[in-house]
Order: sequence, then C-alpha cells, then structure tokens
Amino acid sequence: MIKFDSVSKSYDARTRKALDDVSFEAQRGEFVFLVGASGSGKSTVIRLILREEVPSSGRIHIAGKSVVKMPSWKVPYLRRGIGTVFQDFRLLPNKTVFANVAFALQVIGKSRAAMSTLVPDVLETVGLAGKEKRFPHELSGGEQQRVAIARAVVNKPGILLADEPTGNLDPATSADIMAVLEKINRNGTTVLMATHDGDIVNRMRKRVIELSDGHIVRDVEQGTYGVAS
Amino acid sequence: MRAGFILSEVVSGLRKNFSMVLSVILVTFVSLLFVGAAILLQMQVGQMKDYWYDRVQVSVFLCPPSSEAPTCVDGEATEEQKADIRESLEGSELAPYVDKIYFEDKAEAHQHFQEQFEGTSLEGTVPQEDMNESFRVKLKDAEKYEIIKEYFSATPGVEEVVDQNQLLDRLFGVLNVATVVAVAIAGVMLLCAMLLIATTIRLSAFSRRRETGIMRLVGASNTFIQLPFLLEGVIASAIGATLSAGALGLLVHFGVTGWLQNQATGFNLVSGVDVLFVAPILIAIGVIMAGASSLITLNKYTKV
Repeated sequence: MIKFDSVSKSYDARTRKALDDVSFEAQRGEFVFLVGASGSGKSTVIRLILREEVPSSGRIHIAGKSVVKMPSWKVPYLRRGIGTVFQDFRLLPNKTVFANVAFALQVIGKSRAAMSTLVPDVLETVGLAGKEKRFPHELSGGEQQRVAIARAVVNKPGILLADEPTGNLDPATSADIMAVLEKINRNGTTVLMATHDGDIVNRMRKRVIELSDGHIVRDVEQGTYGVAS
Repeated sequence: MRAGFILSEVVSGLRKNFSMVLSVILVTFVSLLFVGAAILLQMQVGQMKDYWYDRVQVSVFLCPPSSEAPTCVDGEATEEQKADIRESLEGSELAPYVDKIYFEDKAEAHQHFQEQFEGTSLEGTVPQEDMNESFRVKLKDAEKYEIIKEYFSATPGVEEVVDQNQLLDRLFGVLNVATVVAVAIAGVMLLCAMLLIATTIRLSAFSRRRETGIMRLVGASNTFIQLPFLLEGVIASAIGATLSAGALGLLVHFGVTGWLQNQATGFNLVSGVDVLFVAPILIAIGVIMAGASSLITLNKYTKV
C-alpha cells in the first residue's frame, strides 16, 4: 500500500538530509507506528506520502502508483485515497460537526445524498452519533479529534496518516482515540501513525519503524517504543 | 452541488473583503471609463474619416454674385471662366495630382448645406442664390493640396481653394492627443486595478487558508480551490466594467447626443449605439485583466 524505495530528501543542499536512503513497505490493512525524536524525519515521511514534497532521490509508490512521477493535476486524486489527522485537529470553527465532516465530501464534488448517508455512518464509527449539530468549541479535545478522524475517513480512503494524533490529549482520551484508529484499521484501512507517545506504542504491540536522523534504525513487528523495553 | 458550493464561497469571500472588493470595482470602473472614452474618440475619428475622405478633398470655390475676394472683382464666375478652370483641372499639368473632379452647382450646394445643418439654427439661413458653385477635386495624394491652391491663387472666377482634410486633420490631431492621454491614464489605472486584485486575492486566500488547507488535504482539485478566488476578482471587475459602460452611456447620451450635437458641429457624432458596441469590449477587458492577475497571484499563493 505504501512503498518507500531508497528514498532520500534534503530540503536544502547544505544541511543534512531529512531522510537518507529510507526503504520500507506497509501492506494493505497494516498498522504501523513511526517513532523517533523530533527532527528524525517522521513528518517528512508523511509529507512525501501526501506529495506535499517530492523526494530528492528514490521511489515512492502509494497503492501501486508512483508518486514521484505523478503530474501535479493528479495529486488531488492521490489525496482522496489518503485520510490525514493532525495533532491540532484542524477543524473549521464556524461549521458544525456534521458540516466539518461533510466539507471533505463537498469539496470533491460528492452529492448531498452521498453526504447524508456517509456522514452519519462515519460519526457513528468514531462514536459521535448525536453530536452532529455541535460546534467544535463545544466539544472536548478528544471529541474534536474524533471529528477530525471522521473527516479523514469519510471518503473511505485506503490509507490513514496520523501525525501525533494524541499529542494534545490526556492519556485516557488518547486511549479512546487509539481504539477508534484500531477500529478503522480493522475495517481494512492501512494506518501509519507518527507518535512520541511510548505508552500507546507499548500497549498496542503493532509494527514499529524507528527513525533517527533520517535513517531507519529499527523496523520490528509487535514492537515497543524504546529498544530497551 | 459543486456550483452551489463554489457560489456560496464566492459570496462569502466578497462579503468578507467588502472594502477591498469595493476598491477593485471603483478602480476598474474609472480605468475602463478611460478605455471606453479612448475607443469612442477613435470611433469618432474613424467615422469622420470615412465620411470625408471618400468624398472631396479639395474644394475650388467659384465666385458667388457678391464676394470681396480680389479674384472676384468682376462678379460671379462666368461660364467661360468655369470652362477654363475645368480645362486646367483636367489638363496635363495637374494630371499627376488630380484623381476625380466633380462640379457642384448651387442647387446641390444648397441641398448639402441644408442636410448638413438640418435641425440646427443654421438651417435655411442662406438662400440658394448665395451658395458657391464649386469644383470638388479628389487628389491622388491628399498631401499635395498646396499645388492646387497655388495654381488657382490668381485665377479669375476662383474665390478660394479650401482643403477640407486640413481642417479635419487639425481636429483629428486634437482627438488623437485626447485618445493618447486617455489610454495613458487608463493604462496606469488598469495596472492599479491588477495590483489591487492581486492584493485582494492574497488577503482573501490568507483569511481562508484554513479552509483551503483542508481542501488540499482531502483532495479537492486545484480548480475547485482556486475558482472561488478567481471568480471573486472577476466578478468585482465585471461589476466595475459594467458601471463604466453605463457611465459612458450616460455621458454620450447627455453630453454628446443631448448637448454637443445641438452645437451645430455639422458632424455625425458617436451615439448610444456605439456605446453598446464598446460595452462588451470593456467587460471583456475587465474580465481578462482580473482573470490574468488572479491566476498569477493564485499560482503563487495557493499551490498544491
């Protein structure tokens, strides 16, 4: 589903590479943690998958398609197959929960009928049924992140990218969010989650890829956050 | 669905940036008013040229019954003198310069005079007997008018040689200068309008960066993201262009048709019909200008 093949990326020729010869592959339906210190290259991986950046060298294939050679007009179609969730939720404050989720369908030209079936469905999945008419400021952080997850997966993408999705949440709420992500993963969506949260990684026992200074230093099934544990 | 969404984005954008949109409308309005004025001036020049150049270029006016010109001391030009003049005009000496000759008698002269000043205070002021008979001469080269003038300067029976074009050319000169001034002002104003549109779109894109960021993330196409901004600029500028066409129409209706035409100029002046022709040009200029500056700005500020 996601395939990196000797990918290097440098933002500036003089500074060191953000990613250096990174290769990994995530299968359909896999759940992968991307761990590592700040500046280790986690965000660069996510930006490359979304094709917000192109690699300096190497090949990236998403769902079998080369992202590097993709003409820019096709990029939106690539992104329709990828859901993305961030630490800061990125909701529209003047729209209701329903409208925030529907927005993702609206701007890719989906019909009103599609919205009225897909949006309640996905809100049910993330556990927000009954809160459609609330505004983001009326929700807790955990609920806001659920809205963001609902928006990311409403179009049923094959891949869900999560960049520190629990970074702003307390441990209990984080666990709830992880339960939602796991549920989505069980439905067949490949989940790639960049995180600092060792507890979560240790509890989930999923595949862990660790980055350090742009290199993959560890890639283990059912791994933990730190090598020692 | 899509059209409805884009439209609602456009409306909200226009409302959020109301003061900027208003300034775009006003600047476009003023600049296109000058463009329209320049076009109308040139249409006026063209109309007059069409009318006159095909007709006569030099008029050799013959002595009327009473004239104070030294060549007319013997009174009205005789048949003999007329025959001499015609002979000279058709003769070999002037052949390289003269293209066509046409004799206008008193009845025709009077009729033309009446037509020309129809509806003005001059209509009917000169009786037919007092009109000049004349040879109307079309030159091969309009610049060689002096030769004809010299040639007949002392010919008995010729009152005056008048080059119609020279009178017109002076007028055309004034109109052309006015056109250049109008175009120059319009150019500066159009540049202002383009920069203003660029700034407006930057502001608009900045105030909606949250929305556009999410739109990009969930895979909205570039066109879909940029179209509302583009339409915002284009609509504002189209409104300005429409206003300028309307103002031009009012100016022509009250200023030219309502006032200048009554000042007995004797020319056909531009009218409301010509404004109808200019209006789509102005709107097209406004739309293209706004579209171009929007696209350039958008490619800079809302990249994928």
